[in-house]
Amino acid sequence: MQTPAPTDYVRATSVANAIALLEEHGEEARILAGGHSLLPMMKLRIARPEMLIDINDLDELRGIRVEGDELVLGAMVTHREVLESPILSEHYAVFREAEKVIADPLVRNRGTVGGSMCQADPSEDLSALGAALRGTVVIQNSSGSRTVPLREFHEGPYETKVGPAEMLTEVRFPIRPGAGSAYEKVERRVGDWAVCSAGVFVTVKDGVVADCGIGLTAVGAEHFCAPDAEAFLIGKAPTEENLRAAAKLAGDASDPSSDQRGPADYKKHLAEELTFRALTRAAAASQGA
Amino acid sequence: MQVTINVNGEPITRDVEPRKLLVHFIREDAELRGTHWGCDTSNCGACTLWVDGEAVKSCTVLAAQADGHDVRTVEGMETEAGLDPVQQGFIECHGLQCGFCTPGMMMTARWLLDHNPHPSEEEIREAISGQICRCTGYKNIVEAIQWAADHPATSEVNA
Amino acid sequence: MTAVEEVPISAAGNPIGFGNMKRVEDQRFVRGQGNYVDDVNLPGMLHSAILRSPFAHAKINGIDTSAAEALPGVVAVLTGAALEGIPRPSLLGDNFAWMPTLSYDTQAVLATDKVRFQGQEVAFVIATDRYIAKDALELIEVDYEPLEPVMDAKRAMDPDAPVIRDDKGQTDNSITDVHGAKTWESGNAIGTAEAIAAAEADPDCVVVTQEIMYPRVHPSPMETCASVAQMDKVTGQLTLWTTSQAPHAHRTVYAMVAGLPEHKIRVISPDVGGGFGNKVGVYPGYVLSILGSIVTGKPVKWVEDRNENLVSTSFARDYHMTGKIAATKEGKILAVDVDVLADHGAFNGVAQPTNYPAGFFHIFSGSYDYPNAHCKVTPVYTNKAPGGVAYACSFRITEAVYLIERMVDMLAAELEMDPAELRLKNLLRPEQFPYTSPTGWVYDSGQYELTMREAMRIAGYDELRREQAEKRARGEYMGIGISFFTEGVGAGPRKDMDILGLGMADGIELRVHPTGKAVLRLSVQSQGQGHETSYAQIVAHELGIAPEDIEVVHGDTDQTPFGLGTYGSRSTPVSGAAAAVVSRKVKDKARLVAAAALECSPDDLEWELGRWKVKGDPERGKTIQEIALLSHGSLELPEGVEGHLEAMTVYNPPNLTYPYGCYICVVDVDPGTGQVKVRRFIAVDDCGTRINPMIVEGQVHGGLADGIGMALMELIAFDEDGNCLGGSFMDYLLPTAMECPDYELGETVTPSPHHPIGAKGVGESATVGSPPAVVNAVVDAISPFGVRHADMPLTPANVWRAIQGRPVRVDLAVE
Repeated sequence: MQTPAPTDYVRATSVANAIALLEEHGEEARILAGGHSLLPMMKLRIARPEMLIDINDLDELRGIRVEGDELVLGAMVTHREVLESPILSEHYAVFREAEKVIADPLVRNRGTVGGSMCQADPSEDLSALGAALRGTVVIQNSSGSRTVPLREFHEGPYETKVGPAEMLTEVRFPIRPGAGSAYEKVERRVGDWAVCSAGVFVTVKDGVVADCGIGLTAVGAEHFCAPDAEAFLIGKAPTEENLRAAAKLAGDASDPSSDQRGPADYKKHLAEELTFRALTRAAAASQGA
Repeated sequence: MQVTINVNGEPITRDVEPRKLLVHFIREDAELRGTHWGCDTSNCGACTLWVDGEAVKSCTVLAAQADGHDVRTVEGMETEAGLDPVQQGFIECHGLQCGFCTPGMMMTARWLLDHNPHPSEEEIREAISGQICRCTGYKNIVEAIQWAADHPATSEVNA
Repeated sequence: MTAVEEVPISAAGNPIGFGNMKRVEDQRFVRGQGNYVDDVNLPGMLHSAILRSPFAHAKINGIDTSAAEALPGVVAVLTGAALEGIPRPSLLGDNFAWMPTLSYDTQAVLATDKVRFQGQEVAFVIATDRYIAKDALELIEVDYEPLEPVMDAKRAMDPDAPVIRDDKGQTDNSITDVHGAKTWESGNAIGTAEAIAAAEADPDCVVVTQEIMYPRVHPSPMETCASVAQMDKVTGQLTLWTTSQAPHAHRTVYAMVAGLPEHKIRVISPDVGGGFGNKVGVYPGYVLSILGSIVTGKPVKWVEDRNENLVSTSFARDYHMTGKIAATKEGKILAVDVDVLADHGAFNGVAQPTNYPAGFFHIFSGSYDYPNAHCKVTPVYTNKAPGGVAYACSFRITEAVYLIERMVDMLAAELEMDPAELRLKNLLRPEQFPYTSPTGWVYDSGQYELTMREAMRIAGYDELRREQAEKRARGEYMGIGISFFTEGVGAGPRKDMDILGLGMADGIELRVHPTGKAVLRLSVQSQGQGHETSYAQIVAHELGIAPEDIEVVHGDTDQTPFGLGTYGSRSTPVSGAAAAVVSRKVKDKARLVAAAALECSPDDLEWELGRWKVKGDPERGKTIQEIALLSHGSLELPEGVEGHLEAMTVYNPPNLTYPYGCYICVVDVDPGTGQVKVRRFIAVDDCGTRINPMIVEGQVHGGLADGIGMALMELIAFDEDGNCLGGSFMDYLLPTAMECPDYELGETVTPSPHHPIGAKGVGESATVGSPPAVVNAVVDAISPFGVRHADMPLTPANVWRAIQGRPVRVDLAVE
């Protein structure tokens, strides 16, 4: 069986303590949340941290709550908690739809929202969801915290704005009364990473799209979003024709590469097709259909 | 480092390397070899056991992370009252052949039934969708879990 | 269909004979008390790890193991050069660096001159701990000089292709069989060519030609391969716990490889976590654990990780087939011709019992009645892992069935004829059995039309076709796929079939203890088949001893008679027959003992289950248990009758058995995404007598999942640089419960006329028969887009590209 390289291990007692430990141990230290992204990389010996800082004891990083007009998820909220959260489902169907197709129930029991966001896999479903909803993340370091829009969070594959002695502590999503949302994913098999996923929200008011967000994962869309498609839809009626045209723009926003999951032309097609399907359902939901 | 893990109700204290995987702690330090492993990449679920009441893949958890926590394995399913209905269901419905994925499947099944005592076929299939069986084609595993749901009598002693 | 036979029930509630019976082995498995190889731990045991080549083809200029050897906890590091230095007193070579394969080729235990596939064994580390062994791998420096890899079987045939097996002095990449031939043919070449040419010229006939790829897949049992070797230097005894489907054959191979006396080798195959052909071959890892124990004097455990299992152990298929089928416009098949380019990887490690490179592929003429069939198979070396016959393939019948069932479906499309109707027109008829096929097989029995109509009845075939037509009119794409397969299993007659010269016959021993309990010792080995249960049922059926009173012993060469093992669906046809025959020997002896006790002539006795009784005086008789005690007691036995009640036999099957079946798969395809949902799967199998129908059905279920997996997602592909693209379960996708439907099974029962209990074997039927049903269904669904064929695996991408008319090459990722 594959085994990690030697490492050391410490349990953080607070967020401040975790950050202090990160500062103390420098770049060879890594935060260990659910471990379901980091440990597989360590077993392959692609990741070789010399110190693991376990943050599983930090209850301050748990919980899903409403704060003002925002939904707030602690970094240690598990995928299962997102899937089963009545608060999240009440505001956005897309949380449940996306989580239902992320990995499998056992991985969802252990894997965390913060861990997935920080792993920043180019096929991460939460990245599409976060980009669609224009969420933000709270990043903390020893001098305080800052808020970064998820559409600026990623620096590249597996790279984020979380710096060496910093921690992602929260993910926040604006509440949008009247919005409909939906998630569409094609995977080769249940539990696989996405070939392509599209997550969207649409708010229809007075027969026209007042607001919308389109997130795409696994297809190389810059910051996991399709801003031209969104701009196109604003102010237009959510007709099939308009949604198709917006989906076409979403396809144009993708820049996929060919791999075992499929050739690039197929993935580009999926970006368009899945965006159309998600927009159609989200617009209908917003209109109470 | 020294860890103490409460395995099936019994505290087990050992010196381990921080990198040691929980599945290896259970198999080699606790000497409970009913928990298997099959894939390295968290895809197969042969290593499934419970940590603090939640079914997890123990190839993707460090023993250090389980220090001070409760672990339950297949060896903890049977009680003085007899086999867990899930175990009995697997026998009744021919839910196993080579037996290698079976402990992990049963740990997930018990976890599912504790949360959802009357799951639909679809819910059962989804619950075990992170686990691979190469022998049964899953049909009889699904039926075994349904059997256990229909025969909950002895499960109360396991609560 | 036959009526269910009434079987008496034992005190423990088990059938004294055939019928559903809960498995004996489950009691330990559900408690987590199975004993697999990685569960074996011995005092002082060392662990090991193998360094594998990152290159598919590279010269080795040197290996520096000094840093690894210096790591605390490392006991020894072996390389190919070190093995070359160990003399071997064996006929098969003079050192340990190379070993024989099961196909009379050689394979490097550890690479010496160069590496020939990615994942090949390069160095072996023995350490006190498995983590340290892995750490040490990172400290070994290998100086590789990369060579051009040959990743495409067609490229391997080019005159200027790099020569892979220069170690054997080869000048090309061809593989010669034991007869010295580079290609192998079967059937009627001239008649087939003439029939096809005549059909091409005849306006009342059609000929359909298609290139079909059966891509490389892997059996992937949940337990990877493993061994624990313990060499006792004082006694010279080697004990090897190993994941083996054939412990006796392995012992003989180790005697050959290591030059160890065979009587000093004990191979124990304990509980095995699935085999599917993955555990038939002898792998370098097993041999290295033995050498490691010899070198260190301590027990050495070797356990593969999943990546190692996928990239280095026995793959399956990798057949490039070109089929031609000729028929009249009325749908009467006239001839089938097939040309195969077979990719065998870097060493010819095929584990199969014929001396030809293609195993049983020449059964490709299928279940149909036509006179002309011919195949030509050309095997080649490539820079891929060795193997070729694995994954429940019945020695390449899987490829054969896929070929003919796809060709028949394409013929139906060409003729615009319902594929069920076309099959019914051509199926062999009951009165034609025993039937000699155009390639020389003698099918033993079958009621093909009956079985096919049963499958169509369960499926509601006509209703499905109506539903399909309605859906198509609405722009929805459902497909219905049929497959009809015939297998030949139970290798074999020993005069025709062997592995490394070991004839395919199996021994068995039955001993009835004085109190009437019995022990049955098998040469075959269970990897989940439930032998401890079903073999007890065979003896129960023959002798009337309750199954719970019969202990079945298997998997230990010191405790069981010699035999060739469990693969190719051969346990029931061969060893199951042996169990019946040995029981009958005991029964015959029991008759003599009973006659002596009853002071009558044996001819005056007649058998009722569990008892010999006097004809015409049924109150007088002796039960098998009474006879067991008598035979061990002081009763004076007749001349020539020895005491005790036991027998042994070696069963040499007179012919293969021919299980068959008809499968129907219903799929829904989303043409916008290419996603396929298997909605229904109907399987009607005729495997003759069913010893334990529950176990039979369980095996069918498992095989259907295999077929769905292969058809839709499983694939070992490579890139042009030689990298394996299916090296983990993240990329080698196996079906989960979500992709598998609630199978609908049926049965017909046509007992084998030559098997003592009429059983035919079923272990591989569903794996063999199901892939074409799924592919036929998907192609049927997307046929309105003009698709006639698409290669497996039918992933969403591949289905979508097929619909676009731009199919993807599946086996090789080309930029």
